[in-house]
Amino acid sequence: MVTGEGVTVSAGKRKRPRKIAGLLRSQMRNIAPFLTLICLSGFFAAASPSFATLDNVGNILTQVSVTGIIAVGLTFVILCAEIDLSIAGIANVTGIAVAYFTQQESYVNIANIPMAGWAAIALALALCALLGVVNALGLTVIGIPSFIMTLAMMQIAAGISALLVRGQIAYKVPDLVATLGSSSIGGIPWIVIVAALMLLGGHLVLTYTRFGRYVYMVGGNREAAEFSGLNVNLILGSVMVIAAVCAGIGGMLGVAHFGSAQQNEFDTYLLDSIAAVVVGGTSLFGGRGGIGNTIVGLFVLGVLNNGLDHVNIDSFLKILIRGLILLAALIINVYAQRLRAKAVD
Amino acid sequence: MPQGRSPILELQEITKAFGGVEALRGVDFVLSAGEIHGLVGENGAGKSTLMKIIAGVHTEFSGRLLLDGRETRFRSARDAHAAGIAMVHQELSVAPDLSIAENVFLGSQPTNRFGLVQWRRMAREAGEQLARFGIDVDPLSRLGDLPIGLQQLIEIARVLFSGARIIILDEPTSALSPPEVERLFSTLRRLRDEGTGIIFISHFIEDILRVSDTVTVFRNGRKVAEAQAADTSKAALIEAMIGKGREALEESYTEDIPLPPLSDRPVVLKASGLSLARSLKDVSFEVRAGEVLGIYGFMGCGQLELARILFGKLRPDHGGLVVAGGQATFASTAQARRAGIAFVSESRRDMLFHQEPVYKNVSVSILDRISRLLLKPSRERLIARRQVEQLQIRPAAVELNLGMLSGGNQQKVALAKWLSYPPRLLVLCEPTRGMDVGAKSDVINIIRDLRARGLAIIVLSTEPETVLSLADRILVLRRGAVVREFSDEAISKDRLLEAA
Repeated sequence: MVTGEGVTVSAGKRKRPRKIAGLLRSQMRNIAPFLTLICLSGFFAAASPSFATLDNVGNILTQVSVTGIIAVGLTFVILCAEIDLSIAGIANVTGIAVAYFTQQESYVNIANIPMAGWAAIALALALCALLGVVNALGLTVIGIPSFIMTLAMMQIAAGISALLVRGQIAYKVPDLVATLGSSSIGGIPWIVIVAALMLLGGHLVLTYTRFGRYVYMVGGNREAAEFSGLNVNLILGSVMVIAAVCAGIGGMLGVAHFGSAQQNEFDTYLLDSIAAVVVGGTSLFGGRGGIGNTIVGLFVLGVLNNGLDHVNIDSFLKILIRGLILLAALIINVYAQRLRAKAVD
Repeated sequence: MPQGRSPILELQEITKAFGGVEALRGVDFVLSAGEIHGLVGENGAGKSTLMKIIAGVHTEFSGRLLLDGRETRFRSARDAHAAGIAMVHQELSVAPDLSIAENVFLGSQPTNRFGLVQWRRMAREAGEQLARFGIDVDPLSRLGDLPIGLQQLIEIARVLFSGARIIILDEPTSALSPPEVERLFSTLRRLRDEGTGIIFISHFIEDILRVSDTVTVFRNGRKVAEAQAADTSKAALIEAMIGKGREALEESYTEDIPLPPLSDRPVVLKASGLSLARSLKDVSFEVRAGEVLGIYGFMGCGQLELARILFGKLRPDHGGLVVAGGQATFASTAQARRAGIAFVSESRRDMLFHQEPVYKNVSVSILDRISRLLLKPSRERLIARRQVEQLQIRPAAVELNLGMLSGGNQQKVALAKWLSYPPRLLVLCEPTRGMDVGAKSDVINIIRDLRARGLAIIVLSTEPETVLSLADRILVLRRGAVVREFSDEAISKDRLLEAA
């Protein structure tokens, strides 16, 4: 009944004048966050002389690094149209674990198990990977929606953290972690380099590997991926583990960066990393976006947080402003999805 | 029109077009109070379109609609509902997580004067209504826990007891067992005797003849016959439905065509005793290399479930598969694909990535053959270009987003994704549904070509022409069971429909 041929022909006739508009529409998802970033930067540069300095750019980079490392894995998850609410909890417990397996100063009152630095790092990584595997099994084998599964995991991770530190604070981490988290090379903080490398790695995997393609396909149309004979559960499980390991690395370096490991240290990083991914334009419905978007999103958040400190605003008002700007970005995200859907039709 | 009854609904000269294609052309239709009016016709003949006009779903059409002799125009389904018209749609539309009572009273729960739902009254009345229907269930249990057939009956019950004066039932019996159908019919007869006008659409012509007073036949958007059920026969109705090739643009298969003798080539897939809940009962068959096995049946006969079992999407309750000599139970579609089985779903939406370019759609199922870790986009494009050329996909641009292609070309892409590394067995659901004549014959030629290359192919369709134009052997499925196999004999559309 449907005369698809006729529809295509008539669309073809009208196409030329609409071509640029159509391109803009379909790229709205990428353009809008970038414009947001430029506007915000422009505004803060005009409002405060101390904002647009090389030093401050370095500050912003350092400030977004931990979020950036965590957001790498989260980008994979959101591209698959799933969510991971346990990343901050896993970051926290991994950071605490690496300290727990390191010899602490005598005044730290934690019944810890000191061991060699490499072993502590390996155990901490194994822990976050294991928690990621539990997320993966819950999501794929049992069939718990990721929102609920990772909500439970958030609590579990917080519980393990609490049991390990029992309200105390640990300070020492293995030398490698301490170096990567808190020292610099040639004036560039190691943590910025690690974040950049991980973002680059994530981008390469998503863009140039078969696995990356599968992530986009599963996110774009899960039913079609399954009917194309892809192992959808394996892919979904993998992204949950990737997210957990990225969160774990972010947690270890974060602990070194902050100089302490304690309960609830990473709580704000959950919303920050979700916001970075989504504000950057990666679709919450899956299949669209990528690490490039996440980087733009990170800078939007970084510039916003940093810039608000440079201008003279009531510090309590800042929280509200942050919320409003995030809301605006989310509205754009949803509209971009609709415009794109229209452009495709 | 039956004598002595007054028409409650009259449609005159109804014409309705979708994007230039006329789905209905000048149709007149009369429904009387106290009448069960059966409607038959092939898929796309215009039955459902007419019903949606009556139910206020389609509001744009030309012609007149008279309710109780007064011309009316519904602006929405809600309007029609308020005028006493209720419809049971083909697809189940229930709230599985609500209780049975809530489903029976969906949207009209009894409330007290504080606006609170009167649960006890609702449960009692729902129980009474369902009991009249011969359904004995706890009205407070969750609807989704019941078998599909009972859910469908409860949905029908909701509409039947809603107090509507005109009730439309679109293909209500497809998921029902024979005793359930019997219960439905006796309820319909009672409502008719109470003065309700009922329109009953079904592919099961025996059902139509058994329960209807009047039968109307549609073909190609026209009303081609109307008769008293008592004065007509299944053969006459089938002939009216499919015509004698006068209006058909393509081969209509009204004459006998021969099916070839059984091939002696190796068996590629053997299914034995496949059963699945209420969908399939003990289905067994073999398919050989270089052979097209057609599986024909009406909507809801279990074809879709069968195809999904073959591709590892559903697991059968009983029975198993043997693929190329090895026992196989597929835990996932990925396993089925690795065993050399390819699948094209009846819905293109479920097969394709509309926001991705054509070449990514073509390569998705074979990526692991052409790349281990890193993608090879130039190789992908090359393969895609070759497929686009072979299957004559238009426009021949592999970078174009799939969503820009027409339906027929999208269907070709859905086939193309399996063909660069030919599978052992190709399972095709409704390969030509919703396509225009040209695209249809292209797809049929592609499938014939694949058969010549030695693929085993299973074509599942509710369209007799599709099965007849492709199949070397035909299985007829009816309510989940194989009721007839045509092999090495003459067959025509009449005989196929007769068997179903």
